Amino acid sequence: MPVKFEVNGKPVEVEVEPRLTLADCLRHHLRLTGTHVGCEHGVCGSCTVLVDGAAVRSCLLLAVQAEGAKVVTVEGLSLEEGLTLLQASFRKHHALQCGFCTPGMITTAHALLSEEPDCDADRVREVLSGNLCRCTGYISIVEAVLDARSAYKRDGKGA
Amino acid sequence: MTVPTTRRATNAFIGSPIERLEDLRFLTGRGQYTDDLTDERMLHAVILRSSVAHGRIRSIDTAAARARPGVHAVITAAHIGDIPTIPLRHDPLPSSMRYVQPIIAADKVRFVGEPIAVVVADSVALAEDALEAIAVDIEQLPAVVDRDAARKADVFLFEDTSSNVAGTITATLGDTDAAFKDAPYVRREHFKVQRHGAVPMEPRGLVADWDTAKQRVTVSGVCKVPFNNRRALAQMMKLPEASVRMLEYDVGGGFGARGEFYPEDFLIPFAAKVVGRPVKWVEDRRENLMSLSHARDAACDLEIACSRDGVILALRGHAFTDLGAYVRTNGATASRNISQIMSGPYRIPHVRMDVTMVVTNKTPSGTYRGPGRFESDFCRERLFDMVAADLGIDRIEFRRRNLIAEADMPYALAKVHVLDIVSECDSGDYQITLDRCLAEFNWAERSKLQGALIDGRYHGIAIGCYLEGGGTGPRENARLLIEADGKISVYVGSSSVGQGVETVFSQIAADALELPMERIKNVFHGSTDYVTEGFGSFSSRSIVMGGNAIVDAANRLRALIREGAAQRLGCAANQISFDNETVVGPNRAMLELKEFAGLAADGTHASNKRTYSYGAHAAYVAVDPKTGQVALIDYVAVEDVGRIVNPLTLHGQCVGAVVQGLGGALLEHFIYDENGQFLTGSFVDYLMPTASDFPSIRAVALEQKPSPLNPMGTKGAGEGGIIPVGGVVANAVAAALGSLGVQPHELPLTPPRVWQLIQDASSR
Amino acid sequence: MKLPPFEYACPTTLSDAVALLASHDGEAKPLAGGQSLVPMLAFRVASPSLLVDLRKLAELRQIKIADDGVTLGAMVRWRDILDDARLRKAHPLLVAAVEHVAHYQIRNRGTVGGSIAHADPAAEMPGIVVTCEAKIAVVGKSGARVIDAANFFQGPLMTALKPDEIITEIRLPAWPAKRRFGFQEFARRRGDFALAAAMLFYDEEGGKAGNAHVGAIGVADRPLRLPAVEQVLNGNKIDEVTLANAEAAASASVDPHDDIHAGGAYRKALIGVMVERALKSAAA
Repeated sequence: MPVKFEVNGKPVEVEVEPRLTLADCLRHHLRLTGTHVGCEHGVCGSCTVLVDGAAVRSCLLLAVQAEGAKVVTVEGLSLEEGLTLLQASFRKHHALQCGFCTPGMITTAHALLSEEPDCDADRVREVLSGNLCRCTGYISIVEAVLDARSAYKRDGKGA
Repeated sequence: MTVPTTRRATNAFIGSPIERLEDLRFLTGRGQYTDDLTDERMLHAVILRSSVAHGRIRSIDTAAARARPGVHAVITAAHIGDIPTIPLRHDPLPSSMRYVQPIIAADKVRFVGEPIAVVVADSVALAEDALEAIAVDIEQLPAVVDRDAARKADVFLFEDTSSNVAGTITATLGDTDAAFKDAPYVRREHFKVQRHGAVPMEPRGLVADWDTAKQRVTVSGVCKVPFNNRRALAQMMKLPEASVRMLEYDVGGGFGARGEFYPEDFLIPFAAKVVGRPVKWVEDRRENLMSLSHARDAACDLEIACSRDGVILALRGHAFTDLGAYVRTNGATASRNISQIMSGPYRIPHVRMDVTMVVTNKTPSGTYRGPGRFESDFCRERLFDMVAADLGIDRIEFRRRNLIAEADMPYALAKVHVLDIVSECDSGDYQITLDRCLAEFNWAERSKLQGALIDGRYHGIAIGCYLEGGGTGPRENARLLIEADGKISVYVGSSSVGQGVETVFSQIAADALELPMERIKNVFHGSTDYVTEGFGSFSSRSIVMGGNAIVDAANRLRALIREGAAQRLGCAANQISFDNETVVGPNRAMLELKEFAGLAADGTHASNKRTYSYGAHAAYVAVDPKTGQVALIDYVAVEDVGRIVNPLTLHGQCVGAVVQGLGGALLEHFIYDENGQFLTGSFVDYLMPTASDFPSIRAVALEQKPSPLNPMGTKGAGEGGIIPVGGVVANAVAAALGSLGVQPHELPLTPPRVWQLIQDASSR
Repeated sequence: MKLPPFEYACPTTLSDAVALLASHDGEAKPLAGGQSLVPMLAFRVASPSLLVDLRKLAELRQIKIADDGVTLGAMVRWRDILDDARLRKAHPLLVAAVEHVAHYQIRNRGTVGGSIAHADPAAEMPGIVVTCEAKIAVVGKSGARVIDAANFFQGPLMTALKPDEIITEIRLPAWPAKRRFGFQEFARRRGDFALAAAMLFYDEEGGKAGNAHVGAIGVADRPLRLPAVEQVLNGNKIDEVTLANAEAAASASVDPHDDIHAGGAYRKALIGVMVERALKSAAA
């Protein structure tokens, strides 16, 4: 069945089976492969995208449920060249190694900082506890997110 | 932290916290992992796996599946004919050869998850639909799930062997029996480490493309040991090695398990040949948990002999490792390490370890970061704390008295018989890391809290020392090429598992050539196209072997440039010097590097001796006796890695390894029931650390004692962080609960287990 | 791990939704937030022929706070509860429980109705409705009815709902301002399902507890009330003796099974500890 929604500011229309998840739709139909699929059962958080501004697991959402929604992926939170302040903070703090969980961390952190630019370390840890990372041990990720707060206080975009 | 990559370089990049080059694509969603690869002609494979732990296959009916919409092929053992087995890459014990894994189940299934059939269809969903239509009739046999039962059982995984023992590895040093005979103090304990494993965030995947015209196959998505896997696949497909290309893309974590040769490494290329189109296979998480090699499943009787003043006289023991259903690729490596490394960084003159490898109806085992070392450190360091208490010696003093001294270097470890492996510690002053760890941890102050009950929780601290073997040989190769724009491309046989090789190799190449880092254009790694012979990334070897190969290639490239410049400028080669990208001759005559475009040099680093990093970790825990919950209040890791190439990435790997180790110490467990059913096939049941579990981990890296074994003085460094964690945490728990008489002998220290230990102790 | 095939409908009225559910011989399922259902589809342990998406039924998204209590529309998300400052006074126990539900992203999608219909014996919301004696309003092809929470849960993932019924509202009785309450949960990691959790409230009269309601999750095949503990509390001061008696009574009330995360004996002891701690925090 056809489904229309907006991805990273652009309207899209895709013909999908009802059983297709939004994650697979983004990755394989729209070729936005920055959204990663790490468990397909809603635990690892690698597939986190923003739907109408809220961070959600795109493996637990059917593409047809996204009808009319505004979807933002890691590609939509990136610049043509260079890094956003949030991304630069991840790089500075070495908050990624293999990079597989990273898009989910970026989208989740972006949602959190957009809503709560004053969040403390405990809140960052609580929110990120829904995103598994096997490389970093999380310490650097939490530092990177805390360090990026200032960017969101200034312009609310982290850019 | 930011270090500009443009600054003038004279050994300026090695040792600097250079931000990673890889990050630019990873942070923006532009990484290319296996599942990101696509092709209009691509088909998708899924694998039917055994739901029975042990059984005889009576029949497989694929007719209904083949009739399903979108299905192109259903492949079973019958289609493959002669079923290849997975070769042993490491430690090929003659006795293990009878326990190797066929790449698909033909007559028997031996674990839940073993491949039975491959379905190739237009989409993964259609392939999974068809999977449900395959009818497999399996005569169930009793499952052998317990290592002790396996040894006594009359049920055999391999009937023709009449035994579930795949061999015993023995390592010895000195004369242990004699040392024990006259020892004034001995203690013997039994320890167990649970089955857990690597579980990288990216599931495994492969894309295979068969070229019918040229009779060659290209396999994308390989990692770790592409050259080894090319050799294995070429043999299985009866192709010359030159007809097999292995391409590495971005890899979402390895940790020792990913990149070994698995059944799918044959099945997917075979499927591509059958359908004549590119075939992609990406395992789902459930498959990942039940088919990626498991690890750590070991039980050990360990006995120590000491003088009354705490000098260790001898150590002996017998470990039993549960390898699961098959011995494959590096299945014996952890067992070998347990045999050789049980003595750790301690001067123990007499050592004998026997490690018996048992097969059971579970997922086959392989290496996982710090293989055998995590297990042996847990047993040894736990025993040490018990012994120190017995002898009335401070636990730190006990370790201090027995650490190998710098004057003892090189220090020979126990010799592994049958495999004939000798190894010696190359350099180090092991007291340095112990002292530093005590200082960073603030041991003196915190020891006042030892065993204290504060607000309902018992507080405890512990410290342990370890060795990390790395830089495994035999060699690695690199090639440096001057591109048309005068920039340098690096080609190397090392591979990436996400650890940042592009950055560190760029640093090394830039320093070796005295160029700014931005002049290093590319680092090509992993794929079999880049060098003629490569060995890959395992056993903490990339910087040691690949890095020094790059240094060698750089030296040779500079020699070639000198010769070429001397010829052009009409001078002697020793009159040529370098100033960044400018080649300078006599009388300020200058040539640009781009004038040497196309010039290339090959380099090699060969060594059969391992490097040994070393260190100490300390943990501070608080235990809630009512729930059994162990809270980690602080953790300090100190390691001397000889020479630090990138402190940023080193620190990250160390902290990451510690947290993985904490997962193994407190959370992670692959669990089977008595029928061999796998009960932890999801992330709801296999519990890995999350961001809120261990908020305080500190890591300090030192470069006090470079390795004498390679020009850079580097040692392996990626695994050290995980090795002592189980022992240190268990000792901290024991210290916290000392007043209750609790002595943990087994991991993981889950709340129910700790609670049970307290109940047992209080009812004694 | 791809979902099995199914049809999908997204009705705009409740009656259409009910008609769709009734049209598939019991093989249709309502889709609320999908945070429990979609993983079951991914593992192919559920394979409905039709999913009826409730997301366009705006009337199911309301939080109503009135003198007779709090009414949560079935499609109210965890996020909505945490964001609604009024609820911290109107039903602080509910808020305390929801703070333990899953993770950030899940809370942005997961719904109270979905959780109750899913009926995981270790989930917080089923425990809350049982403890608070909530009424669960449902509508099906034979009309609307109200089910007492006490009769709603019938086993693990089993409820009194008929295949064509949709939960519309959860009605929590009024919450007096001075009511004492506590929620204590123990899970392996933050956001995991509880190994055991206790939730309770009582009203104080002359320094003594009355009207005690004590519930437990994670210790049986469904959420439980613990009347033996309530008896210990009613008419007594919450002092050391009562705390100890409550802990013992809670443990004695349950007979949990072993599973891979914990043995029955552990859970039995743990629920006592959770009750004791919840009570302590209530009395504090």
